[in-house]
Amino acid sequence: MLPQHIELSEGTVVTTKLDDLINWSRKSSIWYLLFGTACCAIELMQTGGPRADLDRFGTVFRSTPRQSDVIIIAGTVTYKMAQRIRLLYDQMSEPKYVISMGSCANCGGLFQRSYSVLKGIDKVVPVDIYIPGCPPRPEALTEGILRLADKMKTEPWMKKIKQREDQTQTPKAG
Amino acid sequence: MEPQAIRDRLSEEFGEAIPALDESGKDPCIPIEPSRIPEVCRFVRDTEGLEFDYLSSLTAVDTGDALGVVYHLYSIRHKHTLVLKVSVPREKPEVPTVEGVWPAANWMEREAWDLMGIIFEGHPDLRRLLLPEDWEGHPLRKDFKEKPDYKGIETTRPDMLQQFGQLDKLEAKEAEGKEAAEQSDD
Repeated sequence: MLPQHIELSEGTVVTTKLDDLINWSRKSSIWYLLFGTACCAIELMQTGGPRADLDRFGTVFRSTPRQSDVIIIAGTVTYKMAQRIRLLYDQMSEPKYVISMGSCANCGGLFQRSYSVLKGIDKVVPVDIYIPGCPPRPEALTEGILRLADKMKTEPWMKKIKQREDQTQTPKAG
Repeated sequence: MEPQAIRDRLSEEFGEAIPALDESGKDPCIPIEPSRIPEVCRFVRDTEGLEFDYLSSLTAVDTGDALGVVYHLYSIRHKHTLVLKVSVPREKPEVPTVEGVWPAANWMEREAWDLMGIIFEGHPDLRRLLLPEDWEGHPLRKDFKEKPDYKGIETTRPDMLQQFGQLDKLEAKEAEGKEAAEQSDD
């Protein structure tokens, strides 16, 4: 990791591993897809707003999956929507992450006994971070993003891409 | 107009086809033969003094042995309401459409078809409204059984309590193993 206490003045040289440098820049700009399926999305908007202020971590929303690093599944997912989510996920470029936000995305939540609700988003896409709550507070989502940053920091990212390529048989919708 | 007066007015027009007012429920309602429903609806919409110009709700019910359709009507001019009920057998749940009387019935009938499987004869566009188009069955019917998967996605998830129970068992097993190891050390 880059030492943060070092005073950078003119002519300072910092040596580091390439992996660390790439990961440091990656975790400092986690862009998430502007996407919400239910009431958790309201909390997601709050988190992006000035009080919780996700921007201070370099986390901003993008409105296309092709520019996003992470998709936050915020809310109840129906079977009809699950196929669209899989499509969005497939359109994201590697390395990509999934945060499952709230009880509904984690396991179906309150609507688990319903005929039309997906029982957990992990049945359709692989999930990196689960955030409990109904809905989770902005602090909880911020914590989730920071945990994701921690995860990004430690993984050799070339390896991660290779791993994902090997995992082409992830559960598929439709 | 009171429900009884509305019923009497209908009775004048249709005679035997209009039975007595059913006052067992909260809202008094008039049970109607399925085949008579479009003409009755057209009559209550167009007749002076009734003028039910607003179909506030069209919904379906499953009573167990039969299916039914319920029409909640309202007159904006006279501020009175009317409830019509239709009962159809499970094997042949066919009701003529009232889409021609109130265009609002279009989507309501599509919803009733989607979730309860009522076939509205003469409907111009009877497709599913909410569920995916390739969905099988009508989920609000009492005999609906959920399939184990939808397009390869499982529709069940193990019970959390059971999983916690298994965790307890695992812990108990580990503790036993530890005890056994300690005893053998002695």
